Amino acid sequence: MIYYLILIFFLLLLMIGAAIYSIVQKDLLYAVIGTGLISLVLSVLFLLLQAPDVALTEAAIGVALTTIIFIITIRNTVRFEDEVYQKKPSKTEAK
Amino acid sequence: MNFTLFDLKIIEYSFFITAILVIMIGLYGALVKKSLIKVVIGLSVFDSGINLLLISVGYITSGTAPIFSPALVKDMPLTLENIKKLSAGMVDPVPQALVLTAIVIGFGVTAVALSLVIRLYRHHQTLNIDEIKNLKW
Repeated sequence: MIYYLILIFFLLLLMIGAAIYSIVQKDLLYAVIGTGLISLVLSVLFLLLQAPDVALTEAAIGVALTTIIFIITIRNTVRFEDEVYQKKPSKTEAK
Repeated sequence: MNFTLFDLKIIEYSFFITAILVIMIGLYGALVKKSLIKVVIGLSVFDSGINLLLISVGYITSGTAPIFSPALVKDMPLTLENIKKLSAGMVDPVPQALVLTAIVIGFGVTAVALSLVIRLYRHHQTLNIDEIKNLKW
């Protein structure tokens, strides 16, 4: 019984830690991995709360698909959060 | 598993406190950060917190999953009294159905927001929301 309590508290603390990490981290790729970790812990918590269908959906959509579309966006734009402060010369100004 | 009442209250309230903390962290990220991708990450964290809060509201202690499996029914005939007696020990299925819909809708909202972010980056060559001022597309 005490192991059940320890497991639940470990998962809840891991979820809060991953949320703080994904907001504070400057490298956007690591932050996206943090959101994937949140979804993974959340699906295990859904399984412990007796909701197995929601856990399956969260594991498929939250961990895989959301991470993939975030990574596609980072590949098409910038990777670091600080890069948004340096305005690059646009195409119309260069010509 | 036999829990005392104190343990059960601790488990229940720790789920609520964690969900509200995650909602607050996501709201901070969506409101304060300058990068547009960080704003969308904050919205995603906010979504996860709301899903956890709704599921933990519908949970009853030592309940089973809301599925009438053959191992649960055994040889009982499914009359109305037996169904009422069996479903008294199940968790609430209504928040689970709501959250199942909300997960898919959250994915759609994230996809639309990220496509708008890519369009803004191609037009302005930046993602800082302080530099994107002009409303002309």
